[in-house]
Formats: sequence, C-alpha cells, structure tokens
Amino acid sequence: MNLENKPRVATVWLSGCSGCHMSFLDQDERLINIAAKVQFVYSPIMDVKVFPENVDVTLVEGAVANEEQLELLKQVRERTKILISLGDCAVTGNVTGLRNTVQNSVESTLKKAFIETADVNGQIPNEVPKILKQTVPLHEIVKVDYYIPGCPPSADTINYVLTELLAGRTPNMENRSKYG
Amino acid sequence: MKPIDLVKLAERDLDLRRSYKYRINVCCSSGCLPFGAEDVLKAFEQAIKEYGVEKDCKVARTGCVGTCSVGPAVVVEPGDYLYQSVTPENAREIVKEHIIKGTPIKSMLYRNESFFKKQRRLILRNAGKIDPYNIEDYIAMGGYSALMKCLTSMTPKAVIDEVMASGLRGRGGAGFLTGQKWTFVARASGNPKYIIANLDEGDPGVFANRTLAEADPHAIIEGMLIAAYAIGAEKGYIYIRAEYPLAITTLKKALDQANSLNLVGENILETSFNFSIDLRLGAGAFVAGEETAILASIEGQRATPRPRPPYPATSGLWGKPTLIQNVETLANIPIIINNGGAWFAGIGTPKCSGTKCFSLTGKINSPGLIEVPMGTTLREVVYEIGNGIPNNRKFKAVLVGGPSGGCLPEEQIDLPIDYESLTKVGAIMGSGGIVVIDDQSCMVDTAKFFTDFCVDESCGKCVPCRVGLTKIKEIFERIMRGEGRMEDMNLLEELGNYIREASLCGLGQTAPNPVLTTLRYFKNEYVEHISQKKCSAGKCFQKNEEG
Amino acid sequence: MGIGVIKLKINEQEVISREGDTILKAAKEHGITIPTLCDLDGLSNFGGCRLCLVEVKGSPKLFPACTTPVSNGMEVITDSERLKKYRKMAIELILSERIHVCSVCVANNNCELQDLANKLGVDHVNFKRDWNTHDLDTTHEFLVIDRNRCILCTRCIRVCDEVEGVHVLDLKNRGKDTEVIIDLDDQWGVSKICTSCRKCAKVCPVGAIYVEGQPISQTRDKKIAEFVLTRRQS
Ligand SMILES: Cc1cc2nc3c(=O)[nH]c(=O)nc-3n(C[C@H](O)[C@H](O)[C@H](O)COP(=O)(O)O)c2cc1C
Ligand code: SF4
Ligand code: FES
Repeated sequence: MNLENKPRVATVWLSGCSGCHMSFLDQDERLINIAAKVQFVYSPIMDVKVFPENVDVTLVEGAVANEEQLELLKQVRERTKILISLGDCAVTGNVTGLRNTVQNSVESTLKKAFIETADVNGQIPNEVPKILKQTVPLHEIVKVDYYIPGCPPSADTINYVLTELLAGRTPNMENRSKYG
Repeated sequence: MKPIDLVKLAERDLDLRRSYKYRINVCCSSGCLPFGAEDVLKAFEQAIKEYGVEKDCKVARTGCVGTCSVGPAVVVEPGDYLYQSVTPENAREIVKEHIIKGTPIKSMLYRNESFFKKQRRLILRNAGKIDPYNIEDYIAMGGYSALMKCLTSMTPKAVIDEVMASGLRGRGGAGFLTGQKWTFVARASGNPKYIIANLDEGDPGVFANRTLAEADPHAIIEGMLIAAYAIGAEKGYIYIRAEYPLAITTLKKALDQANSLNLVGENILETSFNFSIDLRLGAGAFVAGEETAILASIEGQRATPRPRPPYPATSGLWGKPTLIQNVETLANIPIIINNGGAWFAGIGTPKCSGTKCFSLTGKINSPGLIEVPMGTTLREVVYEIGNGIPNNRKFKAVLVGGPSGGCLPEEQIDLPIDYESLTKVGAIMGSGGIVVIDDQSCMVDTAKFFTDFCVDESCGKCVPCRVGLTKIKEIFERIMRGEGRMEDMNLLEELGNYIREASLCGLGQTAPNPVLTTLRYFKNEYVEHISQKKCSAGKCFQKNEEG
Repeated sequence: MGIGVIKLKINEQEVISREGDTILKAAKEHGITIPTLCDLDGLSNFGGCRLCLVEVKGSPKLFPACTTPVSNGMEVITDSERLKKYRKMAIELILSERIHVCSVCVANNNCELQDLANKLGVDHVNFKRDWNTHDLDTTHEFLVIDRNRCILCTRCIRVCDEVEGVHVLDLKNRGKDTEVIIDLDDQWGVSKICTSCRKCAKVCPVGAIYVEGQPISQTRDKKIAEFVLTRRQS
C-alpha cells in the first residue's frame, strides 16, 4: 500500500467535550472504508506530538478558549488545505462559550473551577495555558472551509462530508446541518 | 365670515402694510432666538418709539430668512436689506441711519450676495416677511385666497386635477405623486376621512419643516384645508415633533386665529365645508415620522411602522382612508391653486416640478435654509449659494438626504437635484438635508456616525434593520480598533444590500446608504483603515496612539 | 371566473386563490412552503422576521408573503438564489443577536429557529455573536420568560392581546434594546392581569417562554390562535 499518495487527514481537539470525536468514531465500519482511502497523521487518539506539515483535511472539534489552542489552531490552518469546523463548540462557541455571558469571565471562570469547586487546597494554577477573554468559534480566528454543526454532529453527517470531500465534491449542508 | 369679507380683510391689511414707509422684519425663529432675537425685536420697537417714527415704520416679528448662522437676522423693507448678527445696540443705529436718514449701513449687511441669487422662494415666499403670530399678515399677502377659490369656484375633482397637472411630488422623501395620492384617498370608501400633516422631521441637522411652521404656519393650514376639500376629509391632525416648542406655539396660535375667523371649523367661509384640525405631538423618535408609525402613534400605540398594504389611503387612522402629507408638500398647494398646475409644472425639471427646501450645513461658508428649483446642481448649492468651503479647505463629499442619505464625491457634484438622479447615485432626497464634508473628515468615520444614528433609531421590529445595522456598527467598531479584516468590506456590502432590500420600512431601506456610498466612492479609505490601520484625515485610531 | 377568484403563478405553477388572501396562504394551500417565523395563523400580521420575502416578476423589490395580497396575473418566485441567501442571512442575524445555544436549550429539537437554520443550511454564523445577557423572569408560578432566547417575533404579545384579550405582554425600548415586558415592566409573579393561560408559551417559536418542568413538545400548540378564532366566528 502506497501511503504517499493518499490524502493526509487529521483531527484536533480544542475546547469541547470530545463528543464530536465520539461521533467521528461512531462512523463504525464506515471508518474502515475511510481508513483505506486516507492516511491519518494527527489526532487525540494517536500518539503524535506535533501537528504535521502538508495535511489535506483537518477536522477540528471545540472552540478556542486559551492561548495554547489559539497557537495550535493557527498552526493547523497554516499546515492544512481543508479545515473543517466540527461540532457546535467549534462552529458557535456553544457550551464552552457560555462563560462569555459572565462579566470578567476569565477571573470568575478560574475561580469557579479551581477554588470554589476544589475539594482541598484550592488555588489557581500558573502552569495551565492562559485563557482568552472570550471563548470563540474557529472562524473568528482563522478561515474555515466547511462547517459541520451539531452537538454532537451525527456520524452520518460527518461521514457524508468526508465522503464528498474525498470524492472531490462540495458537500451541501441544506437539510443536513443540525444545531444542538 | 363670507368669502367677500376675506377679500375685504385682505385689502384692508394690504393697505395697512403699504401705509408704512419702512418695515423692519426681525427673525424670531428657533435659529435666531438663541442669538438674542427677542431683545433685538424689543430694541427696535423701543427705538422707533424714541425716534417717533412709529407711523412710518413697522417693526414685525417674523420667521426665518434662511441665514441662520449669522442671526439675529433683520430685513428692512423696501429693498430687502438683510442685516446680520444684529445686537440691540445695532438696532438703534439701524433705525437712526437707515430709517431716519435713509442710508443703509453697508458694513452690517449680509455679505454673501449669491446666497439668494440662485434660490427661488415659493414655499418660503412669506418666510421673514410676515408675522407668523398674525393671520392678517398672511391674508394681506394673498393668504387663504386659494382656499376661497376652491370653495367658491372649483369642484373637488377640479382641485385634484390641478394638483395632478402640477406634477407635484411628496416632499417627505419618497416623492410620490401628490395628485395620485389624493385620487386614491378621494376614491377610497369609508368615513370619516382624515388628513395628517407630517411635521415630525426627525433627521438630525434638518430644519426646513420647522422653519416653515415657524415662519408661515397658515400656508400649511391652507394646504390642509384645500386637500380636505378635494378628498372629502373632515378631520386633520398636524403631527409635530415635540422637540419643536416654538413651531408648536406658532401653529397653535395660527389654528386659534383661523378658527376664530371661521377658516377652520364648521361651515368654512359660510359654505357647507367642515374641517377641524388638531395638533398631535410626536413620540420623539425618527421612525415616528414614517407614515404608518404616525398612524399608530396618533391611535395611542407604539410608533412602529407596519407593513403596507394596506396603504393609509385605504386604511389609515382607525382603519379609515387617510391622506398623509409632508407639510412642505402641503405648503405648495395654495401656490398651485393660485397660479395653476401648468405654471407650477414649468418650474424645476419635467419629471420633478417645483422647488425644494434644503437645510444646508456642514463645512460651508454660508449655511442655512435654502429653496431651489428642482434640478439645481449640487455645485450651484455648494459653491454659489453656500459660497464654498471655509478655511481654504478642499471639498471631499456631500451627504444628501439626511442620516440615511448618500455620500457623494467630487465627481458627482454636477448632479442635478431631483429624485431620480439622486437615487441613481445611491443618495436620496430624504427630508432635504445637505451636509458638506471637507478633506478633514474621514469617510469611514462619517459612515460609522450615521450608522450609529440609525442603530439608535431603528424601531426594532424587523430583523434586517434591528440586527443587521447593529452588526454593521460592530464591524465598524472592529475596524476602528484596528482589527478590521479585508473581508469586512465585502461583509458590509452584503449586509447593506440585504438591509436595504429586506427591511420593512424606509428607515431600514435607506439606512445602509452612507455605508454603501462610501464603500462605492471612497473604498481606498476603508482599505487604508483595514490594511494599514491608518486614517489620512487623522480622525480615527486617535485613542490607540495615545494609550 | 367567479368574483373574488384570483389566478396567479407561484414558481411557474398555476395557482387559484381568493381576493384578499396573502401570497403565503395561497402558497400553503398548494403545498408550496415559504419559510416563516413571526407569522402565525390566527394572529394579526407583523412582518418582522422577513423570512417569507418573495420575488414578484416585474418588480425589483421583495415582498413579504405573509402580508402581501395576491393579485391576478402575479408571478411569484419563492426560492431564487437571492432569496436563499437572504433567508440564511436573516437566520444568521437572529442567531447572532442573543444567546442561542441549542444544546442547553429547553426547546432543543422543538424549535422553529433551529429547524429553519438546519433546513436552510445555515451551517455557521458569519457575524460575531453577542453574549450579553438579558433578563430572565422565573417569578411566575410556572411560566418562565428567558429573554436571552427571545427573537422578538411578538407572537406572545399578539396572542395575549388578540386571542386571550388581556394584553399583559408588550414591548419596551426600541431597536436592539427592544424587550418583551410584562405589564408595565413588572415581574411576572406580581402581575394581577395575567390569566396564566399559557398561550404565550404555546406559540413561542423558540425556548423563550415555556412552562417550567414541562417538555416543550407538550406545551407547544401552534394552532391555538386559529382554533380559538374559528370557534369565536362560528
Ligand atoms: C424613518 C422615516 C422617517 C420619516 N420621517 C418623515 C418626516 O419626518 N416628515 C415627513 O414628511 N415624512 C417622513 N417620512 C416619510 C413618510 O413616511 C411619508 O412618506 C410622507 O410623510 C408622505 O408625505 P409626502 O407624500 O408629502 O412626502 C419618513 C419616512 C421614514 C421611513
Ligand atoms: S426598517 Fe427598522 S425602523 Fe423600519 S420597521 Fe424595520 S426595524 Fe423598524
Ligand atoms: S413571516 Fe412574513 S415577515 Fe415574518
């Protein structure tokens, strides 16, 4: 099998619950078909540390909430031909964006997460990446080529979009996108 | 009062007017009042008393002559000598030199001679010449003779035909044929029928309707009466902006006087024609001037527009046929009846007859209220009437049509002012605001400013205007923060077109004009703001640099 | 042809309708769907959402199908590329105006806004979303108004005024600051006029007014206004 000529596909997990990745895996046996046609080069379920160069298609789950994710997303964009926003968090901010409704959301979020809800020794850690003023959907930071909304998007829709793209067609989201 | 009494009254008052050798008209309109016009009026009255020339010289409170930036303005007849920035001390001097000695004081006269040359004052014919608090002054100038002519010698149909022949189009913005509208209301079934005179004038920087009401209230009332006779209406409302206290007082006085002379009310001029008029104060929003919003407001509801059809002509106030007309449109009516529709049609352009008042403001040497024949070019308005740009600055653009008008560049300056020409280039007639912009202004900033106004004034009913304009505002804010993206220009244009085509009422349909025209004619400034975060006019990014 | 019968074309299809009917009604009767959001059978016309805009041959303007009457010889187009684009734009604008997060909304999967977004292929929103919060009122025994989800279609106001006849609900402010209010901007719990009839919750197209603890699918009743109206007339 010649891996060299197969499209290079990656999936990325930013601020999301990993539900979108679960849906991705829910493609079940259809994944085998896809796996035969592509080469997976980066994913949270693979042990690859650095996002590689020359990726053809990247599916990104989750919104951008901190500086690390911001950098990663920019890198992904630079190294990917087709970038897909996967799921409501990536597309709208969704649940991860709800903190944006709170005044001073950075401080209050950290306080809630690390002090108010801590069992013992509550303290705000310094070593985690700095969170951004607002959690934002991908397309507010970089250009996004396709969107698959849904919380999570159905495996069918993910499969449809991938199949269309791999066949060189443009997916049509009318009656297919599904928020929530 | 019988028609013949009106004629006698007119003759008597005209004789009285002619019995004075001089007449000193002191403008006491909203423009001149803040400069101390009332004191000047008193000073003149005192001066003629002291000099003992009360029999020769009449001092009158009048409305505006148009030169509002150099008030108080005083006009001495005969000869129409216009004195500018008159103080109470000057008043004595003017009486001494001009009235007693007969030599006008040259150094105090208004300097821009071309201000009046290109104007043609039909609607404003009495402005600054008669005392608006005195119905006899209006009658002396031929006032209410058109009404008398209609009531005594014309059928309602003949009146409508005359208005039709004049080609008069609505001055409230849309330019709909007035005669046609009258025909619709006349034909509509339902009783009673109503007339609403629209004096809401909510555009910032526009004051033509206010000036008209303060200077010549009876012209509006007479226009309403003739319209009522023509379409068979019994009841009229003048819907006036509550922020116009002087105009309200003036109209109230005028209505009282007209009532007491039986020119308004029942059996007008002893005919079977009845028509009563009430004032209704505006709800304090720009959108309240939209015709269906006025209906809601007068009915006691939120002043928000509703979809048309049904048009007010068939289903207006309380579901009855209603004629809604701008006050300037109405003030044209007596002129048309007196001079004939054909005569009126000969003024202006073939498709756009008559004259139009404009509030000329911004970076201009002689701002003020002007009236020009339709078809006058912007160049004539800016450079001849307005006397050009002050401080040797360069002309950059002219905003025509108020806050939702279009910003036109130098290339368009020879454009004739009429409805079609303006629409073609992305501007509108609107309520007649002309703002001159010089090279110190930034067009992106200008577009943002007017968008902000429309965001504040959107009634919130329909999605394109309520949300779309807010998004345009946010994109501007992003650009001004230095975070603009090149795609933003495209987004602004798409949003603008959507709002224009999809909005429910004229506010949303025209609100994107400043954005769309500046994108069309001044794109380079957008590019500069976005790609270089720079503003050549030095208006934007100021705070960023300091902090 | 009988009096009052109107012949027109919708999307090239010959359609017979009655004088005084709207384009929307004529289309519906012939199985042609035009997206709507503020319109509801039995309530007065509002014309605010602008989703139902259609083209009429011979005019550059767009016409709201929900309020434009049919006329003889009219040729209506309901699904041009321009209209599709504009409808998506309208949904995008509504979605960006307030806090619409389907996954945590009571109306998830029972929401007209969500349905339309999905149907029209609104796969993302090109405008920055506004996350500023609006007032939530839980003071009524079981009715809740969450203004964060309100799309200002005024169905609740109209049903309260025109069908229930009490006019508890109304609007305050204007433009982007417009809000649905209870009485003279009081809390719902203290309203003496509200009859707790739930009609507002029945007609709300989104999850802005709902009955606490009850699934939206049970509360929702889009036919209520027309039902009452028909009964009243007969
Ligand atoms: C937002 C908005 C504000 C308006 N304001 C005024 C106004 O202040 N005065 C006015 O005469 N017409 C105004 N109009 C136009 C009126 O709706 C209406 O067209 C006009 O009064 C009709 O009179 P006309 O035929 O004499 O022009 C406004 C329209 C809109 C859409
Ligand atoms: S266009 Fe604006 S002002 Fe007019 S109805 Fe719509 S929201 Fe109200
Ligand atoms: S359904 Fe027609 S405008 Fe909302």
